[in-house]
Amino acid sequence: MTASRSDLRLTGLTKRFSGFTAVDGLDLTISQGEFFALLGPSGCGKTTTLRMIAGLEEPTGGSIHLGDLDVTEKKPYQRPVNTVFQNYALFPHLSVFENVAFGLRRRGVKDVKKQALEALDLVELGHLAQRRPAQLSGGQQQRIALARAVVNRPQVLLLDEPLGALDLKLRRQMQIELKRIQTEVGITFVHVTHDQEEAMTMADRVAVMNHGKIEQLGAPAELYEAPGTTFVANFLGQSNLVAVTRSGTDGQYTMVDVGGQKLRIRTDRCSSEGELLLGVRPEKIRLHSAADPVPSGLNQLTGGVVLDASYLGVSTQYLVRMPWGQNLTVFAQNLGIGERFSDGSAVQLAWEPDHSFGLAGDAGAGVESTLED
Amino acid sequence: MSRWLSKHALHIYGVLAFAYIFTPIAYVMVFSFNQPARSNLTWRGFTLENWTNPCGAPEVCSALGNSLKIGLASTLIATVLGTMVAFALARYRFRGRTPTNLLIFLPMATPEVVLAASLLTLFLNLRVPLGTATIVIAHVMFSISFVVVAVKARIASLDPRLEQAAQDLYANEFETFRRITLPLVAPGIAGAALLAFSLSFDDFIITNFVSGDVNTFPKFVYVSAQRGIPADAYVIGSAMFLLAMGLVLAAELFRWRRSRRL
Ligand SMILES: Nc1ncnc2c1ncn2[C@@H]1O[C@H](COP(=O)(O)OP(=O)(O)OP(=O)(O)O)[C@@H](O)[C@H]1O
Ligand SMILES: [Mg+2]
Repeated sequence: MTASRSDLRLTGLTKRFSGFTAVDGLDLTISQGEFFALLGPSGCGKTTTLRMIAGLEEPTGGSIHLGDLDVTEKKPYQRPVNTVFQNYALFPHLSVFENVAFGLRRRGVKDVKKQALEALDLVELGHLAQRRPAQLSGGQQQRIALARAVVNRPQVLLLDEPLGALDLKLRRQMQIELKRIQTEVGITFVHVTHDQEEAMTMADRVAVMNHGKIEQLGAPAELYEAPGTTFVANFLGQSNLVAVTRSGTDGQYTMVDVGGQKLRIRTDRCSSEGELLLGVRPEKIRLHSAADPVPSGLNQLTGGVVLDASYLGVSTQYLVRMPWGQNLTVFAQNLGIGERFSDGSAVQLAWEPDHSFGLAGDAGAGVESTLED
Repeated sequence: MSRWLSKHALHIYGVLAFAYIFTPIAYVMVFSFNQPARSNLTWRGFTLENWTNPCGAPEVCSALGNSLKIGLASTLIATVLGTMVAFALARYRFRGRTPTNLLIFLPMATPEVVLAASLLTLFLNLRVPLGTATIVIAHVMFSISFVVVAVKARIASLDPRLEQAAQDLYANEFETFRRITLPLVAPGIAGAALLAFSLSFDDFIITNFVSGDVNTFPKFVYVSAQRGIPADAYVIGSAMFLLAMGLVLAAELFRWRRSRRL
């Protein structure tokens, strides 16, 4: 692999705490200037990974490279990496200005004042330079923590759930601001979060972590449309997963069978052998009355009965009981056209074959880890 | 009447409590203006003479000077050593850490006379001449525990992420200590130093055992109490009190001004 000058490269990165493996052989390359999100349930090793990149935690194994430079053994203050800590960790005895100037002064930069004030302007808090951190609101402290890190123009900026303590409105506002700053200064952001929406809206690429390993890595749409494991399918949004048996192939499709009904999955979105689960997102499914004809060429499941219909405003969520005893979820947009179904209606489900994905394993896997979050 | 009482009970209680605390101090202040005589027990009339000439009584000022000198020396030594011990106990895992943590309380828990007697025996057996040095050694010994406990509490309350943040921001170990750890622990160290000074300044029992013929202010007051304390001692007591109050007020004023400027 040829890494460009300051790509961040983790190779077999491992951290064990007295017998417990928090990070398990992570291999990851993050390109220069990328907005990268690490997403995963609580305790999956996100913070530990960031701390190893920052040098605050010593890896048990593996290496960390910045471009061609091996920084695995380097002290935190020797790495061109800065962190925005989860709880800000602003220095309480220093003014906001001195907090932001701290890194510049340690590096012996000449025009400290100019650069620090510029960084404060970037987060639009220049007028608070003389305050103490304790005299700021949570959102303001968060922005100071960001300015304090960004001002050093590190090669990599690590953000550990920096928006975790903010309310929803401020959070959305800060997400936009973070994204703006990242584009403006063009440094690599590694953003840890367990808010999937945050990861999807902000990041160029997302890595979903579970039990110290990366389950899947890709662009947000890729992860959502073609999850590679049941864990990802259930952690990122909701999925219907149906156990199916293979019954042959038809061109680029694999034919599968559930309760005597034939369905199709694109072969390239299908694990090649073993137990197969067919997955489809609830919003991809259209409900039709049992009596109506369904356009041909679609995947079709008949024999459903509406168990529950919940009106959610923009959409209606249906829970449909299938003949083989499984409940499937369907989101129907409330367009005002088309039929609304009440509890007990006999329905059939239809969706584009291309919207199905095939996963290995059994449907239960991964679900419980999602719940623990 | 009872409603008035229930409404003002807290105020009355407060006033009484203050009166209880401040009566002896007020008494000392008032009697520092008493006409001098061999003893200072009855009011003979107002004069400023004691205040203009506080060193009038023989030995009072040399005793005071000794006390200040001993206080400063033992405070300095106890604060430096105690702070180092506190950092070691709070930061490093080493063999014997738990016993050390317990032993540090020993001088606080031991009755002072017992400590005093054993120190005296020790000094005599080692043939150390009694005097200023032995007093300082004794004072350092008992005040160091208080310093360790006070500073350790402050270190324990320090958020370790602050030091990590400093290192993340290019400060090496020494600079992290100088710019983050020390300033944040400083109020604890200052408090410990004040405590050490006041412990040393008014210690009588241990000092009396190990001082030989060196006179200190508490010793002077104790000895003169047998035949009547001169008004000069009252002046010095009042002055110490006013000085302490003045320092506290100045600190408050400084804090208030700083918080207003921001
Ligand atoms: N110093 C430590 N000693 C022992 N175990 C630790 C230590 N630090 C973390 N762990 C364990 O390592 C695992 C991963 O922790 P980590 O803080 O990386 O999780 P996380 O993904 O950041 O979770 P969260 O989303 O809750 O912040 C957890 O199970 C945690 O209990
Ligand atoms: Mg974490």
